[in-house]
Amino acid sequence: MTQNLLEVNNLKKHFPIKKGAILPKQVGAVKAVDGVSFHVRKGETLGLVGESGCGKSTTGRSILNLIKPTEGEVKYKGQNIAHYKGEQLRQLRKEIQIIFQDPYASLNPRMTVEQIIEEPMRAFKVPASERKPKVEKLLNVVGLSPYHKHRYPHQFSGGQRQRIGIARALSLDPELIICDEPVSALDVSIQAQVVNLMEDLQKEFDLTYIFIAHDLSVVHHISDRVAVMYLGEIVEVGEVEELYKNPKHPYTQALLSAIPEANPHKKRDRIMLEGDLPSPSDPPQGCKFHTRCPFAEEQCKVEHPKLKDVSTGDHQAACHLVNEVVKEPVSG
Amino acid sequence: MSAEMQQANQEMEAEIGKAPPKETSLWKDALSRIVKSKTSLIGLIIITLLIIVAIFAPLIAPYHPVDDGSVIDRYQSPSAKHWLGTDALGRDIFSRIVYGARISIQIGVIAVGISGVVGVLLGGIAGYVGRWVDMVIMRFIDILMAFPSILLAIAMVAVMGRGLTNAMIAVGIVGVPHFARIVRSTVLSVKEKEFVEAAHATGVKNGRILFRHVLPNTMAPLIVQTTLSIGTAILDAAGLSFLGLGAQAPKPEWGAMLNAGRAALQSAPWVITFPGLAILFVVLGFNLLGDGLRDALDPRLKQ
Repeated sequence: MTQNLLEVNNLKKHFPIKKGAILPKQVGAVKAVDGVSFHVRKGETLGLVGESGCGKSTTGRSILNLIKPTEGEVKYKGQNIAHYKGEQLRQLRKEIQIIFQDPYASLNPRMTVEQIIEEPMRAFKVPASERKPKVEKLLNVVGLSPYHKHRYPHQFSGGQRQRIGIARALSLDPELIICDEPVSALDVSIQAQVVNLMEDLQKEFDLTYIFIAHDLSVVHHISDRVAVMYLGEIVEVGEVEELYKNPKHPYTQALLSAIPEANPHKKRDRIMLEGDLPSPSDPPQGCKFHTRCPFAEEQCKVEHPKLKDVSTGDHQAACHLVNEVVKEPVSG
Repeated sequence: MSAEMQQANQEMEAEIGKAPPKETSLWKDALSRIVKSKTSLIGLIIITLLIIVAIFAPLIAPYHPVDDGSVIDRYQSPSAKHWLGTDALGRDIFSRIVYGARISIQIGVIAVGISGVVGVLLGGIAGYVGRWVDMVIMRFIDILMAFPSILLAIAMVAVMGRGLTNAMIAVGIVGVPHFARIVRSTVLSVKEKEFVEAAHATGVKNGRILFRHVLPNTMAPLIVQTTLSIGTAILDAAGLSFLGLGAQAPKPEWGAMLNAGRAALQSAPWVITFPGLAILFVVLGFNLLGDGLRDALDPRLKQ
């Protein structure tokens, strides 16, 4: 049985809104992530999708502790790492890495490729005699050449820069990599190359990915399981094929109906969502989606739905209108 | 690796082969833009001239700045023998101005070096660490800024004792706030960049992040401030010397020469005019170049 490499329980990140220059008083909070729970199994890819501002990136950064979570647990290999600080947190960097969205902003323009890739190893006192060959090996692994190592980031294209970012993330041999929209800043033709590279690397180095994206087809392609986020909460999570074929939550249905179809003659039932995303500093009562949900009922405005099993497989949704499926206890 | 990926890589190689490596495009761009702008080119020429004069002073100056001259030749007006005339002790003013260039460069480099190192450290730490550290450092900087700079320099020299070294230290300290403020504000913006976050995420320690990632990316505004500050430092130091607090006689310092020529302002105006003009042009040169650099390094002007 595959074990859970990472478990996130009721993770919350509220950014305080302060007023007053001299003695600031907290007047409210932006609830970027508001009670998110999920797990990631070793060796799999969990896709995290949702529109801009739904808290995907904040969730990723909270797992890494780049942003201190307000509340909740992040269990990595059974250890709660949410409260790690200082050297303990620094040691954890060897295990969990991140690939950033913007390949232009995420590489220091004043360092050469070699300096960028060897920096994490330098931070953990890997001797230079091991660092140099490793940089060359990593450049090969990500599809660049060792002779690129003396160049600066501005001499590369976006896709190549993203490869450098991937090489940097791999330099410490991590187990879990959080990919924060790694291809959304790239041209479509380059996206496929980078996604394929990431899949190859996953097999080669036995990596586990949390793949944050808003592009549903990319997520469909790379993920084993998908979690859909809306306003800081997970509204549906499940196996990728099951979730794409049989979405239960109205929000997931709306999202999936928005994927463009290659065949222009095929009839499509698009679900158009009305209204804007509500402000995360003042989210709606009850089900957070009820303001835009075409099926909302009285109950949805009052009671907050919890994730429940909605099929016999691995598939949960948080919606009052979807019937719970009682799973048979797994035998053996 | 799949066949299609290898093909993609080959295409990529071809693309790399086409573009020749441009090592330091930022500075090359900046230089070409400085040369294009007339005013900053004038600044660059003046400063280059100043440096050449300072280096080759013994070859350029016809007389020794201090030892050559007798009281018999005092207050001679400009002539073929003494191009810019002589002062109260019969010394050749042209030679003294030429040697004075050395002192001015020394003042500029040392004083601004002090302001730069202290200012960058204070501003960098304030901006990077933030919170109460920022509060304490910046309020201290505010206190320094509250004093008129020349008054603060005079007070410091009065405490430490007169002399060129102390004057340079005083002028250096007076210049700290400008550097600290500029570095702090640039650090505040650079530390939010993703590559700094990436450094945190890869376990790089804070000190190294500050010195390897944040501060090197504050260079552009720092270079501009340094250039402008050298002009101000030379002016301030000349002011201190004029008041008798900086360079002491018989050093051929321009400010001190102004002071010495004050008594004969009406009978021998050249004694005071030419060192004054020297100060004017050098400060003008640094200001023109500084303004030009500001425009040249402005990323918004990049196409």
